[in-house]
Amino acid sequence: MTATERPTEEHAADSVAANRTTRRERFASQVQRRGSIVVLALVVVIASFSFDSFATVGNAQNIAIQSSFLAIVALGMTFVIISGGIDLSVGSVYALGGVLAAYGIQWGSLVGLLLPLVVCGAIGLLNGWLVAYGRLAPFIVTLATLLGARGLLLAITDEGSTTRLMPRDDWLTKLGQGTFLGLGIPVWITVVLFAIGMVVLQRTRFGHATFAIGGSREAATLMGLPVARNTMLLYLGSGLCAGLAGALAAAYSASGVTIVGEGLELDAIAAVVIGGTLLTGGAGTVAGTLAGVLLLRVIQNVINQIGTLSSHYQSVVSGAFLAVVVAVQAYLSRASR
Amino acid sequence: MAAALSSVLSARGVGKRFPGVVALSEVDFELAPGEVHALVGENGAGKSTLIKVLTGVYSPDGGDLTYQGEPVSFGTPMEAQQSGIATVYQEVNLVPLQSVASNLFLGREPRNSFGLVDFRAMRDQARDLLTSYGVEVDVTRPLRTLGMGVQQMVAVARAAATSARVVILDEPTSSLEPREVDTLFGIVERLKADGVAVLYVSHRLDELYRICDRVTVLRDGRVVHSGPMADLPRLRLVALMLGRDLEEVRREGATKFDGERTAADTGPVLAATGLTSKHRLDGVDVTVRPGEIVGLGGLLGAGRSETAMAIAGALPLDSGTVVVAGKRLRTGSVAAAMRAGVVMLPEDRKADGILPDLSVRENIVLAALPRLSAAGVVSRKRQDAIVDTFMKRLRIKASSPDQRVGDLSGGNQQKVLLARLLCTRPLVLLLDEPTRGIDVGAKAEVQGLVDELAAEGLGVVLISSEFDEVIEGSDSIVVLREGRVVTELHGADVNENTLLSALAEEPADDH
Repeated sequence: MTATERPTEEHAADSVAANRTTRRERFASQVQRRGSIVVLALVVVIASFSFDSFATVGNAQNIAIQSSFLAIVALGMTFVIISGGIDLSVGSVYALGGVLAAYGIQWGSLVGLLLPLVVCGAIGLLNGWLVAYGRLAPFIVTLATLLGARGLLLAITDEGSTTRLMPRDDWLTKLGQGTFLGLGIPVWITVVLFAIGMVVLQRTRFGHATFAIGGSREAATLMGLPVARNTMLLYLGSGLCAGLAGALAAAYSASGVTIVGEGLELDAIAAVVIGGTLLTGGAGTVAGTLAGVLLLRVIQNVINQIGTLSSHYQSVVSGAFLAVVVAVQAYLSRASR
Repeated sequence: MAAALSSVLSARGVGKRFPGVVALSEVDFELAPGEVHALVGENGAGKSTLIKVLTGVYSPDGGDLTYQGEPVSFGTPMEAQQSGIATVYQEVNLVPLQSVASNLFLGREPRNSFGLVDFRAMRDQARDLLTSYGVEVDVTRPLRTLGMGVQQMVAVARAAATSARVVILDEPTSSLEPREVDTLFGIVERLKADGVAVLYVSHRLDELYRICDRVTVLRDGRVVHSGPMADLPRLRLVALMLGRDLEEVRREGATKFDGERTAADTGPVLAATGLTSKHRLDGVDVTVRPGEIVGLGGLLGAGRSETAMAIAGALPLDSGTVVVAGKRLRTGSVAAAMRAGVVMLPEDRKADGILPDLSVRENIVLAALPRLSAAGVVSRKRQDAIVDTFMKRLRIKASSPDQRVGDLSGGNQQKVLLARLLCTRPLVLLLDEPTRGIDVGAKAEVQGLVDELAAEGLGVVLISSEFDEVIEGSDSIVVLREGRVVTELHGADVNENTLLSALAEEPADDH
């Protein structure tokens, strides 16, 4: 009797211990959630002391506006990656959005804004439909639309030879170039979108379902969550974000340039992952993504400040950073098992 | 309305076939409100298929489903769930990275007046819900950081909290501690008191008799018995599950095993003692002498495959030793076991064994590559010699050694796998369902081969869900239940009646 009882008590003790959060686990989860913000703060402090020209209002404004376009793209990407997917088409869609804005503005500012949103939204919807209902791999689907959107872009610009300009005094152009309280309007738009994104992700059923789908698609289905509809909306959102970012970037430079956005999808993915979102889905934060974007842009800025280094070193540093983040993530997820 | 009272969910003449298999045939089944109904049967009896038909995962090929007095056909699991049929699957189907509270409320989170998720309310409700079931846990923790038992309780609590009329529990206790089982049964009792119908699938006979009111036994896709649990003696239940009539005269020679073997009177080639792995094995001992075939007996989930896997190093152990030919093995390492001469034929040939796109030759020499190669270069000549030897010896029917293994029959695939194991010159052969899914003729050949191999001095451990095979093939049988050795049968005791009673026996000491 006693012999059979002992192991039971041991197991019981085990499971009680297992039900308490350990300090180590809390630390791991904090690093996961806020690591990028801490690193960003460190880099900013070090750069401020090292370069006189870094901690200036002008430079801050510069970094903010440069970050805003990538940040909007990365916001949509964050949702998609948390759901366990990927959207490679955003770079092409971003460029297409810019060209469509410059193209549509000839029929009025509103058309200039809506045309990119409608077309890019449709591309996102197509991605989402193929992934959600066609059960195709997101990697392949969005690779196909990456190529397709780039092709469409070249077709409407005579193979990139035509660069359409946007009138300086149009309100759509001012949306890109104007400032409010010292910061560019795209920066404010980014801030508003991130605030909305944060609420949607953390505080709505849609957001919770997104985490669940990324955590286990099968479980989410068996729990009766609207997996397919939710997935489709995520890609729609990503397409809309990329299109809007492209339109704003075009307005900022007052022209629809065809060669922008190449490799932007990879920057966006890097920013999302550096921000602590698991590339395998199921965990991540919008704030982390913002920190990830800023970190990429600050590193770029610092390398420009150094001056003697070729700007290509920016990619080397960003790449190294990404590798470190992924290694730390893998370590943490093993540690918290 | 009277009909709705007597049964909440019922199936009439339900059938389901898959290519080549009839999974369910003319199944009648009734589930009454406030009852706990056991659904039992061995592997492939059709339990999972029936559950999937009832919950909208599969649509039946024929027959009718009635739910709350209305004919229904659920298109998706979501529809079934929304109408009040909740299922807790054997593998916990929750989201491991999400918190306990989220997992409980996903899809129906409490919301505040702005339509946003109200975290505080969600946490409080989650805590209250779990506490009411006797589970004390920090509900903000990610689910995956908790033990399997707690995860299972969360899954059950989720199902119970969705105001379901029918709750289906598929092997809910397979990963629970005895204490947790008590908690679970508390929940089941509460559901029952609330008039919820519970469909309970388990292989643990003790639990069935403890908690279930009625029982339906499936075998080969058909209902072979349905009635009150208490009226069905254990022995009869086991006989029904296995498809054995106690009175039935035993058919001599149903298999190709001849049973006339004398194991060498030397020391054991394999001595596994005290194999223990949490939730799976509890102090299992198996001893095999050279030339002996030791069968592992037991119902599904008794720990037969786990025992074989533990010996082969494929299951990490908490404690226990494996000694092969006098040398103690490092447990938990397949490589170490193979070096010592222990090889295993896995249960699922397609998933764990055969590489269908490679040739017969490549499949055979795979495991022996290290031995066949010098400085990393594989000698083609030696390969050919070995492949030729085994193809002849095992009578593998292939057009040439270069034929794709995927194009061979199941029996020949199994022989290729056997050849792969044998060319590592093993001392101990672990066979998990060696004749499953192969035709009758090939079955007999494989059985004959196993006999021959034992006669040549190999120690063999045999697992089979076919009764005849274990009984006629084995020199002795180690009978397992819930990961423990119940008894060992030797010599003349290796027969149908002793094995059946060993399986049905009530545990001697109640823990």
